[in-house]
Amino acid sequence: MTQMTMIAAIQNAHDLAMARDENVVVFGEDVGYFGGVFRCTAGLQQKYGSSRCFDAPISELGIVGAGIGMAAYGLKPVVEVQFADYMYPAYDQIVSEAARLRYRSGGEFTCPIVVRMPTGGGIWGGQTHSQSPEALFTHVAGLKTVIPSNPQDAKGLLLAAIADPDPVIFLEPKRLYNGPFDGHHDRPVRPWKTHPLGEVDPGYYEVPLGKAAVVRAGQELSIVTYGTMVHVAIAAAEETGIDAEVIDLRTLIPLDTETVMASVQKTGRCLVLHEATLTSGFGAELAAQIQAECFYHLEAPVLRVAGWDTPYPHAQEWAYFPGPDRVGRNMLKLMEA
Amino acid sequence: MTDTPPLSLKVPQPECRPGDTPDFSGIEIPAAGTVRRPAVDEQAEAMRDLAFTIIRVMDDEGAAQGDWAGSLTDDEIAQGLRDMMTLRIYDNRMMTAQRQGKTSFYMQHLGEEAISCAFQRALQKGDMNFPTYRQAGLLIASGYPMETMMCQVFSNEADPLHGRQLPVMYSSKEHGYFTISGNLATQYIQAVGWSMASAIKGDTKIAASWIGDGSTSENDFHAALVFASTYTAPVVLNVVNNQWAISTFQGIARGGAHTFASRGHGFGIPSLRVDGNDYLAVHAVAKWAVERARRNLGPTLIEHVTYRAGGHSTSDDPSAYRPKSESEAWPLGDPIDRVKKYLIGKGVWTEERHKQAEAEITDRVIECQKRAEAIGTLNSGHVPSPRDMFEDVYAEMPPHLVRQRHEVGY
Ligand SMILES: Cc1ncc(C[n+]2csc(CCOP(=O)(O)OP(=O)(O)O)c2C)c(N)n1
Ligand SMILES: [Mg+2]
Repeated sequence: MTQMTMIAAIQNAHDLAMARDENVVVFGEDVGYFGGVFRCTAGLQQKYGSSRCFDAPISELGIVGAGIGMAAYGLKPVVEVQFADYMYPAYDQIVSEAARLRYRSGGEFTCPIVVRMPTGGGIWGGQTHSQSPEALFTHVAGLKTVIPSNPQDAKGLLLAAIADPDPVIFLEPKRLYNGPFDGHHDRPVRPWKTHPLGEVDPGYYEVPLGKAAVVRAGQELSIVTYGTMVHVAIAAAEETGIDAEVIDLRTLIPLDTETVMASVQKTGRCLVLHEATLTSGFGAELAAQIQAECFYHLEAPVLRVAGWDTPYPHAQEWAYFPGPDRVGRNMLKLMEA
Repeated sequence: MTDTPPLSLKVPQPECRPGDTPDFSGIEIPAAGTVRRPAVDEQAEAMRDLAFTIIRVMDDEGAAQGDWAGSLTDDEIAQGLRDMMTLRIYDNRMMTAQRQGKTSFYMQHLGEEAISCAFQRALQKGDMNFPTYRQAGLLIASGYPMETMMCQVFSNEADPLHGRQLPVMYSSKEHGYFTISGNLATQYIQAVGWSMASAIKGDTKIAASWIGDGSTSENDFHAALVFASTYTAPVVLNVVNNQWAISTFQGIARGGAHTFASRGHGFGIPSLRVDGNDYLAVHAVAKWAVERARRNLGPTLIEHVTYRAGGHSTSDDPSAYRPKSESEAWPLGDPIDRVKKYLIGKGVWTEERHKQAEAEITDRVIECQKRAEAIGTLNSGHVPSPRDMFEDVYAEMPPHLVRQRHEVGY
């Protein structure tokens, strides 16, 4: 085992995938010589040459569109959109093209691309470095959407995403790159190098897509969440003393309904938590499925806690971010319901 | 069977990386005053050459030369010098304030001050800039209150944008400064639309659009060129080529084209290249393009050739991807030094006076900063209320936002 930050784990996944399969190519804005603004592709150009890892013009449409063409040819492009907030120019290519090549060509053309993008807030990034657009992908038939919450998973999920025959949107919670941020912005974050989930197997392994993890076992209440909010949920459970079970979905589509439903049927109470805006968020999908599957087990309606339905503000970041206090309050409310 | 050799991917590489000796010998620099000034109504086809040269007015001795000289009086040039000095001193103070935790982030203009400061002086009230984050000189030269700029940077209670926006993403309708987007290039086509609106309404206002070299790769840039061309829009399309887009050298965005200016040719847009470190040249070219737009002769593309002497932002360390000494090797010099030399040469400025001006401006900037900091800084707690976060999402707050606001306690 080697201690890695999430950045190092992601870099390592690229490295192993490129070493194993010469069809893996990596590109995006600043990813070549510099190794990415978050350094997730550091050293790859130096190691594999500039025709397998290179800088792209600032055109997200171009990056994803070119990636789709390469994927259709038979390569395995792993492309970076510098921030998820900048994926909108690529959205047509993702929705109308990547997601549908297989379907519309009867399986003749396929698109095994991975589109990586840092997601989420908590870094004083304002409205264009903080968004969580996962629901814009989960709403699209033909895409898989993955969001890791720690270095171990990030590496294994990225390797599984690269191996996957279909397009995968890989969202990296940037607030977790260096440590398991739990929403207590006024306290230092424990670095991954001292955290058990920062212990990463240096070899090749996959964490299967579509498998959730129970990251905290509990009896009284289930928190269904993913990404940064996994750590916020754990903190809120400890601080409220409520015996909550915390489920880290890891993959939103395909969704591990088995793990989710088993937990909610056991606890009878469910809080769905994400950082993205509330309305039409992925939490709405979760709540709908949970109430349909667990109706007779539920002691209270499923409760959603999410970002407010506003653009992500700068100065009011911590009033916006669903931190452990807000989550804890809602857990108490759910216990009383 | 084929005897065709295998294909290979060609990826452009910069001339030098850390450890190498900076080399700008590839940039052809004509002597000041040697590039002709066409009539504003000259056809685009007849001035294609202007996209492959560099219009320069000030020579190495600081004297103004050629057809493009004379767009400003010496008093106006001295004012331009003060604008640029103000911007640089402001940037220095804000960079330090960021390091002190008074704000989260900052972006400076080091080396590029002439472009936005000079351009603004060619516009009229009512015209609208659609800037990027690196044109604060437009605000300074238009007399926007510096204290308000600082309040925005500090996200304090007097920030007109209520702390919602990242620092430096100013907005001022009154000062012809369109609200800055963090999403690159989106403003480029909007400027064209704004100028088309002026034409539709029969007004005389024009628009000026701004983009960096790297961002010209975005589709918005190309959409802007085609709309501007199709509708002969009264817009000035500025490309600030400061050689770098974070760690990516300009060749990645430019590709096989010789210059960014020449991008305009495929659209039949008159396209000029100007020395962006020459305040006099930038002003003269801006004035020419603004006149074209105002006289309904259509769009002009201007490539401002300059160098980003500082980091991309406070989050960036350029020594990781370019030689440390590259900035000193930049052949077009420093915009402030060059104007200073010009004014001294004309006998209307002295070293003494320059020092005095520097001290005066520094005092004024510090005064502003004191007042702004007394209102608050990001780390002082005197930031806009969470209540403000829910305002302006819609003209009228819908019920679900009212409920959410209540939940936050307002
Ligand atoms: C749509 C979009 N993609 C990527 C980014 C991230 N980004 C911010 S600035 C920048 C470089 C821009 O370079 P350039 O256009 O040359 O402008 P400069 O910073 O040099 O003034 C990048 C890639 C962004 N803000 N928006
Ligand atoms: Mg640039």
